[in-house]
Amino acid sequence: MGLLSRGQRHGYELKRDHDQRFPQARPLAFGQVYATLSRLTRDGYVTAVDTAREGGPDRTTFALTAAGRDHLAQWLAGVEPPAPYVSSGLFTKVVIALLASGSGTMARRYLGAQRSAHLARMREFTAIKTDPDAALADVLAADHALAHLDADLRWMDIAMSRVDQLRTEVLR
Amino acid sequence: MTRPTLIPTTQRPVDEALRTGRGSALISARSLVFSFDSTPALRGISLDITDGEILAVSGPSGSGKSTLLLCLAGILRPDAGEIRYGHKRIDKLSESERAVLRRSEFGVLFQFGQLVPELTAEENVALPLLLDGVRRRPALATARTWLERFGVSDLVAKRPGAVSGGQQQRIAVARAMVTEPRVLFADEPTGALDSLAGEAVLAQLTRVARDAGTTVVMVTHDATVAAYGDREIVIRDGMLDPTATDRTSRP
Repeated sequence: MGLLSRGQRHGYELKRDHDQRFPQARPLAFGQVYATLSRLTRDGYVTAVDTAREGGPDRTTFALTAAGRDHLAQWLAGVEPPAPYVSSGLFTKVVIALLASGSGTMARRYLGAQRSAHLARMREFTAIKTDPDAALADVLAADHALAHLDADLRWMDIAMSRVDQLRTEVLR
Repeated sequence: MTRPTLIPTTQRPVDEALRTGRGSALISARSLVFSFDSTPALRGISLDITDGEILAVSGPSGSGKSTLLLCLAGILRPDAGEIRYGHKRIDKLSESERAVLRRSEFGVLFQFGQLVPELTAEENVALPLLLDGVRRRPALATARTWLERFGVSDLVAKRPGAVSGGQQQRIAVARAMVTEPRVLFADEPTGALDSLAGEAVLAQLTRVARDAGTTVVMVTHDATVAAYGDREIVIRDGMLDPTATDRTSRP
């Protein structure tokens, strides 16, 4: 709907816009685009304004309705839930490592290996954002990913220093 | 990038063989031990630093990472163990020999407080050259090219007190690089800066170092800083954490 706010588009243009504007995101599948458009049409947020045939298959152009504009404005005014990620796979793995091995060695080895993997990924995002030709949208997307990976890493450092305490608690 | 070498190669005390090619170990440390009085800081660290790589040395506060840097840079002498720079045993050198090695081969960069407040930016950057006997005019000219490389050529005539923290640190980086060191040792180089100013310094520092083939050893507690490097080692309680230490290197 955000992409439609700039004017009417057909499905292919929406996919192209999405992939251009959010290059670090997974490219949209056509099926996903049309499924979303038909759901939004059903809910009255989007309407088909034109169907044209230019040599190929039918191309339907979609536009936002007044209800769609209201809904978009509401969504933009709201905040995203601050997701705490307390039950992340990282934490689960540390606890299971303690349960399975009975000592802190396996948990420490896992945390160390995970740190290397996280840092390797952070290097990739750092390379993306320090490329002199990088678009600002790419830089900001990389910054977002880096901040989250960094938060995981800080947690891993704390977990590393508390493995023995946690072991006592987990195995009690 | 080509640039004039202002220090005569005859003053550089390292074997010519050491200058051939990238990819070999430039610095090798074996079983380094160091204590402050009776407090152990390094408890047997061994590592190889590849020529041309940017190595991040991470670890919590008090882990010994800064002590390791000072030993590798020939500022502290380890109580036990070996440090080789090429074929040379740094730990066997006298204080004055190490001083010569540091001046001609190494650059050192700290968190803050390195610029002389009475001197302008270009004079600060030219200082290591002037101390090496380069004449004032060419030294200042070289200093200006380095300030330009770090994007602060408009500050040549400013004194450190008149510029921002990020600009001061770029001037300090330019000064650390002006002698074209083979190795740059940096201890929390952006620790005193906010993240945007720090990023700008790091991006320029790593770009210039990669262009020049400078080996960088960078101590940091911040993973977003370590991610500017090619490889990370982690120090905990004076020892290398083998689980978190990358074995591969990019260059």
